[in-house]
Amino acid sequence: MEFTGDPAGPAAYLDAATASPLHPVAREALLAALADGWADPARLYSAGRRAQQLSDAARAAFAEAFAVRPDEVSFWPSGTAAAQAAVLGGLTGRARQGDTLVHSAIEHSAVLHAAARGRATEVGVDRLGRLDLDAWDRAVSAPGVALASLISASHEVGTIQPVAAAAGYCSEAGVPLFVDAAQTVGRADVPPGWSLLSASAHKWGGPPGVGVLVVRKGVRWISPYPQDDLYRPGQPGSVDLPAVVAAAASLRAVQAEARTESVRLSALVDRIREQVPALVPDVEVVGDPAQRLPHLVTFSCLYVDGEALLHALDRAGFAVSSGSSCTASTLRPSHVLEAMGVLSHGNVRVSLHRGTTEADVDRFLAVLPGLVEAIRKEAGM
Amino acid sequence: MIELDCLGQKCPLPVIRLAQTIGRVEVGGIVRVLADDPAAANDIPAWCRMKKQEYVGSPSPNAFEVRRLS
Repeated sequence: MEFTGDPAGPAAYLDAATASPLHPVAREALLAALADGWADPARLYSAGRRAQQLSDAARAAFAEAFAVRPDEVSFWPSGTAAAQAAVLGGLTGRARQGDTLVHSAIEHSAVLHAAARGRATEVGVDRLGRLDLDAWDRAVSAPGVALASLISASHEVGTIQPVAAAAGYCSEAGVPLFVDAAQTVGRADVPPGWSLLSASAHKWGGPPGVGVLVVRKGVRWISPYPQDDLYRPGQPGSVDLPAVVAAAASLRAVQAEARTESVRLSALVDRIREQVPALVPDVEVVGDPAQRLPHLVTFSCLYVDGEALLHALDRAGFAVSSGSSCTASTLRPSHVLEAMGVLSHGNVRVSLHRGTTEADVDRFLAVLPGLVEAIRKEAGM
Repeated sequence: MIELDCLGQKCPLPVIRLAQTIGRVEVGGIVRVLADDPAAANDIPAWCRMKKQEYVGSPSPNAFEVRRLS
């Protein structure tokens, strides 16, 4: 047998910030709801009523999870669809007050694409990825602002944003705030003060294909899409009710585990944050070291092609993602890393979930230095 | 001043060339990197910060100047 020097171990999926593996409660609820929740909940027969009961229960569970009223919750085909509905519907609802969207420079690209539809003011972040609150205050106080959009925590570097303070400035200016909470829901509490909020089930261990949008009472929201006969905000047509039921059940389960999981994963992230710069020369760990998501860490390695590193890690059994330009469909570096002014090549984002073990992280730390060294050597460094 | 033509090269190649070349100018001297990869405008200043060299600026599009400090 050839000795490779790599410690053996099972493959480790470390890209929970893209999609978390399905939570066992979600799987159970999904199978049950597929059997019992396939009918159209709007119909007047017993199968329809059973579906309606499941739908009501799921909606009530989300309302409890977000501490809102059930009729403020709507379901969308993805987190992206929910975020874009929030932005476009929020802008349309306030068309009489203005036409400008204020957003941070580190929003999810879904929000940036929606922003590109009209007028927008971008507010920058510092080197750690924290919103410039003075610039935010000035931007939301300017005339003609219809809506403001702030991600709860950066999906790329994990920095938690000052949502409560940003909401305070919005409130003073009379501007509704949309918070894209995809990375926070199920892991930590979202501060109050927002008017619209979106989340995505597969980020917390629910099934893919479920986005949740909350529009608070009194916030004017007008659908940007042609509507069907139902009057509530929501996607036109039927929702994937079994998936929505599974999303609701799994959110309740992950919220119950959130405190202990957050402590456990945060310690593993701290280990990566400390060990990577000690084991690999010329590495920049990016994002706020303290005000950060519990499960996500990002670093950039000088002189390393991000795509080559992703493939090398994949061969070693690790699934991670990257904000480097060579790994992006746009062939541009991550707008988040650019906004922060940190190194964008050789970028790796590691995000952990309830199935991640200490042994996974130890093996990752054992394998990474050799892979980086080999890529650098090949490049002549 | 040394000028490095990295036009058409993908990141991290321009930064690698810069790192390999900086030792050839005297302390206080300047290396100008010509690079059109969209990551260069971000990564050359980031390299300067990490390696304690001075990013002088971009005198024209796709050109980036670095002063050797050490």
